[in-house]
Amino acid sequence: MNKTVRVQAAINGEEVEFLCEPRQSLLEVLRETLGLTGAKEGCNNGNCGACNVILDGALVNSCLVLAVEINGCHVTTIEGIATAQGLHPLQEKYISHAALQCGFCTPGFIVASKALLDQNPNPSEGEVRQWLAGNLCRCTGYDRIVRAVMDAARPQEENT
Amino acid sequence: MQALDYVSAGRVEEVIGLLASNNGRARILCGGTDLLVQLRENRLSAELLIDVKHIPEFTSIQYDDRTGLWLGAAASCHAICHDPFVVKNYPGLVDAINLIGGVQIQYRASVGGNLCNASPAADSIPALIVHEASCIIVGSNGTREIPVERFCIAPGKNVLLNGECLLAIKVPAVKENFGAHYLRFIPRNEMDIAIAGAGASVALDHAQQRILSARIALGAVAPTPLFVEEAGMFLAGKETGEENIREAARIAQAAARPISDLRGTEAYRKHLCAVLTRRALEKAIERARAS
Repeated sequence: MNKTVRVQAAINGEEVEFLCEPRQSLLEVLRETLGLTGAKEGCNNGNCGACNVILDGALVNSCLVLAVEINGCHVTTIEGIATAQGLHPLQEKYISHAALQCGFCTPGFIVASKALLDQNPNPSEGEVRQWLAGNLCRCTGYDRIVRAVMDAARPQEENT
Repeated sequence: MQALDYVSAGRVEEVIGLLASNNGRARILCGGTDLLVQLRENRLSAELLIDVKHIPEFTSIQYDDRTGLWLGAAASCHAICHDPFVVKNYPGLVDAINLIGGVQIQYRASVGGNLCNASPAADSIPALIVHEASCIIVGSNGTREIPVERFCIAPGKNVLLNGECLLAIKVPAVKENFGAHYLRFIPRNEMDIAIAGAGASVALDHAQQRILSARIALGAVAPTPLFVEEAGMFLAGKETGEENIREAARIAQAAARPISDLRGTEAYRKHLCAVLTRRALEKAIERARAS
């Protein structure tokens, strides 16, 4: 048994400290150690995007990051997207456009969409589709998801 | 995943020391997008992962008029494809590197990792070959530099010896009247592995009518990325006309030795080699004229 390692990071704006084994993925630690079960384990090999989190501003698959690698980093998970005041506009639009069915992929899609709008507040449909190409959804056929993101982009732009 | 240790190294010498003292039981961790999957599926083993992402020589993207472009082996695809100098001056590299996975993969995956993984279908490798890029390899016996086309020796195998690692990829300095392009064919619109890929580069004369030198490399049609030196030699000294381009594409096609697998048949891949080589050359010439 290899030793456990102490890791400090800011997760959804909160300083946390945890112990993990070096072999554990960030996804595993988020779900099993920190109780943040919003990020889902889909493929566990970087194909599906269900485990997406934002790591120091970069959209990543948390299944392909070791938990030890986030020492000193900032991580945003799906749990950090809504505020105390209510859902994030993206979340509202996913609901109003019925951009989900089973919902398993939805946290990953919302995190990916947020990462997109953070750096490109007014994306074209092509840019949305290209950006979300690393996320798989087997229910919706993607159109509703793309419409929700496009719709969410408008008020964000108007607010700036 | 098997139990292992992790160290975030701070200096190149530390990496070399750890590789030596662990005698083949340590692996370099860059983005981890291939490595972690392979460890999890027990296709590889390691007792120690050496994270090199905090060592400047491994991550920097730097340009020098004399020595050219330095791409640290751990520099992410995203960092390379968003470097304004690289985007402006090495569009043929960006063509290829930008194809490696979706956004999530781009942020983590490195070109050094794509190279070390030595997949026959790796998108970055044909593009690096046509840019005459070389591998800077470090180890306890010192530093050596070899051309990218000699780095991969079999599917998943490269020339790195026990105790060595890839530090960086060096690409020659920007030249006038030079252009390059890489493209691939996949069955889906996005997010797939190439059935065939082709990279081409040309250096034209001052009148931009004659090819001084050219390089062509293919992906996914041989056990390793394939440098088709004879196609470039055929083009050297020739006019840029259609017939010469078609003949070079035929030479590339003849050099390909693909297999049939779930992505495509041998015959289809052969066909694609000619089409993709022609298109890569046409775009490379167009870029050389605009350079």
